[in-house]
Amino acid sequence: MAVDLRPSPVASRAAPPGGRGWRARLSRLDLKVSPYLYISPFYLLFLLFGLFPLGYTFWVSLHRWEIIGHHEFVGLRNYSRLLTDDQFWNAVVNTFGMFVVATVPQLLLALWLANALNRRLRVQTLFRMGVLLPLVTSVAAVAIVFTQIYGRDYGMANWILHFFGVHKIDWQANRWAAWVAVSTMVDWRWTGYNALIFLAGMQAIPRDLYEAAAIDGASRRQQFWRITVPLLRPTILFVSVISTIGGLQLFTEPLLFNFGYMNGGSLRQSQTVTMYMFENAFNRFQYGYGSAVAWMLFLMILLFSLVNFLLIRRFAGGGEK
Amino acid sequence: MRVNMRRGRVGALAIVLSAALAAATACSGDDGKSDSNSANEKITLTVDDFGTFGYQDLYKQFMAQHPNIKVTERNVPKLDDYTPRLQQWIAAGAGAGDVVAIEEGIMVKFKAQPDKFVDLKQYGASSLQGNFLPWKWQGGMSPDGSKLIGLGTDVGSMALCYRRDLFKKAGLPDDRDAVTKLWPTWDDFIKVGQQYTSKVGGKSKFIDSPETYYNTILMQEAGKGSNQTYFDQSNKFVMESNPAVKAAFDETVKMSQAGLANGVQFLSDPWSQGLKKDAFATAPCPAWMLGLIKQFGGDEQQGKWDVAGVPGGGGNWGGSWLAVPTQSKHPKEAAELVKFLTSAQGQIGAFKAANNLPSSLQALNDPAVKAFNNPYFNNAPVGQIYGSTATSLKPVYLGADNQDVRTAVEADLRAIAQGKLSPGSGWSKAVSDAKKASGS
Repeated sequence: MAVDLRPSPVASRAAPPGGRGWRARLSRLDLKVSPYLYISPFYLLFLLFGLFPLGYTFWVSLHRWEIIGHHEFVGLRNYSRLLTDDQFWNAVVNTFGMFVVATVPQLLLALWLANALNRRLRVQTLFRMGVLLPLVTSVAAVAIVFTQIYGRDYGMANWILHFFGVHKIDWQANRWAAWVAVSTMVDWRWTGYNALIFLAGMQAIPRDLYEAAAIDGASRRQQFWRITVPLLRPTILFVSVISTIGGLQLFTEPLLFNFGYMNGGSLRQSQTVTMYMFENAFNRFQYGYGSAVAWMLFLMILLFSLVNFLLIRRFAGGGEK
Repeated sequence: MRVNMRRGRVGALAIVLSAALAAATACSGDDGKSDSNSANEKITLTVDDFGTFGYQDLYKQFMAQHPNIKVTERNVPKLDDYTPRLQQWIAAGAGAGDVVAIEEGIMVKFKAQPDKFVDLKQYGASSLQGNFLPWKWQGGMSPDGSKLIGLGTDVGSMALCYRRDLFKKAGLPDDRDAVTKLWPTWDDFIKVGQQYTSKVGGKSKFIDSPETYYNTILMQEAGKGSNQTYFDQSNKFVMESNPAVKAAFDETVKMSQAGLANGVQFLSDPWSQGLKKDAFATAPCPAWMLGLIKQFGGDEQQGKWDVAGVPGGGGNWGGSWLAVPTQSKHPKEAAELVKFLTSAQGQIGAFKAANNLPSSLQALNDPAVKAFNNPYFNNAPVGQIYGSTATSLKPVYLGADNQDVRTAVEADLRAIAQGKLSPGSGWSKAVSDAKKASGS
């Protein structure tokens, strides 16, 4: 991997007269070029495994691309078909629905958790590491356990609910129930992770700000909203963007929640966009159409991250005015 | 700082690892090329299949006869998971086993690519024609009839499995002949179901899933008339005009409306849990289903199930072929294995292990099949029950996109059983979903 570009001593010795200038030029080149060379592995890998697939997927999405050799250029027809495909829009609605149901409470909870962890506690590290535990369990294990809990006939959730007089819920068949169930899986896994990131942000806020505020008689709540949240803005932005990307790419949890069936329920109650992409590309083998779905998802994530960015800037920026 | 350092170390490790990986794959690439046909060289044959084929003992026999060959099986429990994998392997020209099982619902799709499969005639399979039911033999031929792509394994035939203990509880007869007499038609079957529901009710439904019944009735209805389902012989989408599909759909909706169904997906986790927990009292039983019920029901269900006749006459659902993809490095040995597994003796062995009904005439008439009583199913004479109708079965043509369409229609039937889709609008939604799934 490490490419040594410095001229070898032998080469320089063999250099023609005027070698001094040659050498100087080389060392200047070394100074200018080698930093780029050192960071180039990332960009090369990104080019190979990030940018190229992105471009190639777009190329495929312009075709009717079948599994056995047959490719026919159709321009943007896959995209126009997508716009009128109710199964696609159903998947979009599901994805955003689950994103909202999962992410909003998750971030609020994470913020609250981080705030609690930011105080002086006994066995601090234990608590702080403890919130990360759900993250290190495998998604599949989480999904399988939760799917058992949300079983219609023998699940724990329905068993508890029946004490409150709630009639048996068919979690997979009921759209809202399915969204809530999948969201709890996502939250269980990611709340602690986000809380830790918030916590890191909070610890970077200078203590004296709080002390000054306390002297001025600000309550804890006021300190939180007037100091912590505004100064946490970059962290909140980062966490929201990452959650948006993760939320819109939701795949494993809803898939396993539906027992591994890509259609996400009898009426596609919890099929996400990534599942719909997968269904088209790898179950129906319509690669072109599947690629178009993938690109729409990419655009949606871009758009949403942007909206997120603007919203957070306004909301959290209020404190500075 | 500390974090940065650690990250640096991880990065270095990743580089070392990837280099090692690259070296390893380069080596294995070389290994693959060293392939010769010498009989003494050790080779491994991989068999890809789904569900239960019951081949374990047969592999051992084959390996004993061919000491230089090792046979391994890669089994995928659900056909719906198996199909896309196989499709990808075949299209990519790599990844498939040396022997692959192809189910009847996807056979047309694979037969449309005859160059992807070895012509078994080249390996001496031509002389075997007399061993097979004529339509099963024909089903293994390429569309133009020039190549033999697959040799038949089993056929479905049709019966109905029921829970003796639950029937008794509902005050219904539990003797298999008496039970068969309860339901000459599917409407009679629904009446029995209503009786069951009113007596036992609660969590225990009468049928296992809407789609198993739907497929059963569809294959019966198709066998009576047009011999086709969603597609005609030229692969044109004919679901709307085919009375067989509509009849099967309507009858299944009737079952849901009568409260017999659970809305559970066949072979999903709730289905296999339900099987253990008395969640349903009946299931349609093509011969291959016996193996599945035994596998998922486990020991505690031993003797609780029995096998009766199916309402509405005989029919066929399921059954497979074995084929050798051209990408196999050992086509000759793979073809030998296929011939061995589909021979009369092989099919008898598979019948004993998993009750898959032979497609070989000789095996069907063999006393080991004919006189076989299944202890798991209360000693039901399954050899006789299935064997008696097997020779009169007629093949039903299933189009290339059969499985995608079937899956779409099944989802709508399930939604109706779950009460999430109104029966009135069910048919039109099923037709439009089916069209979408077939890409037409």
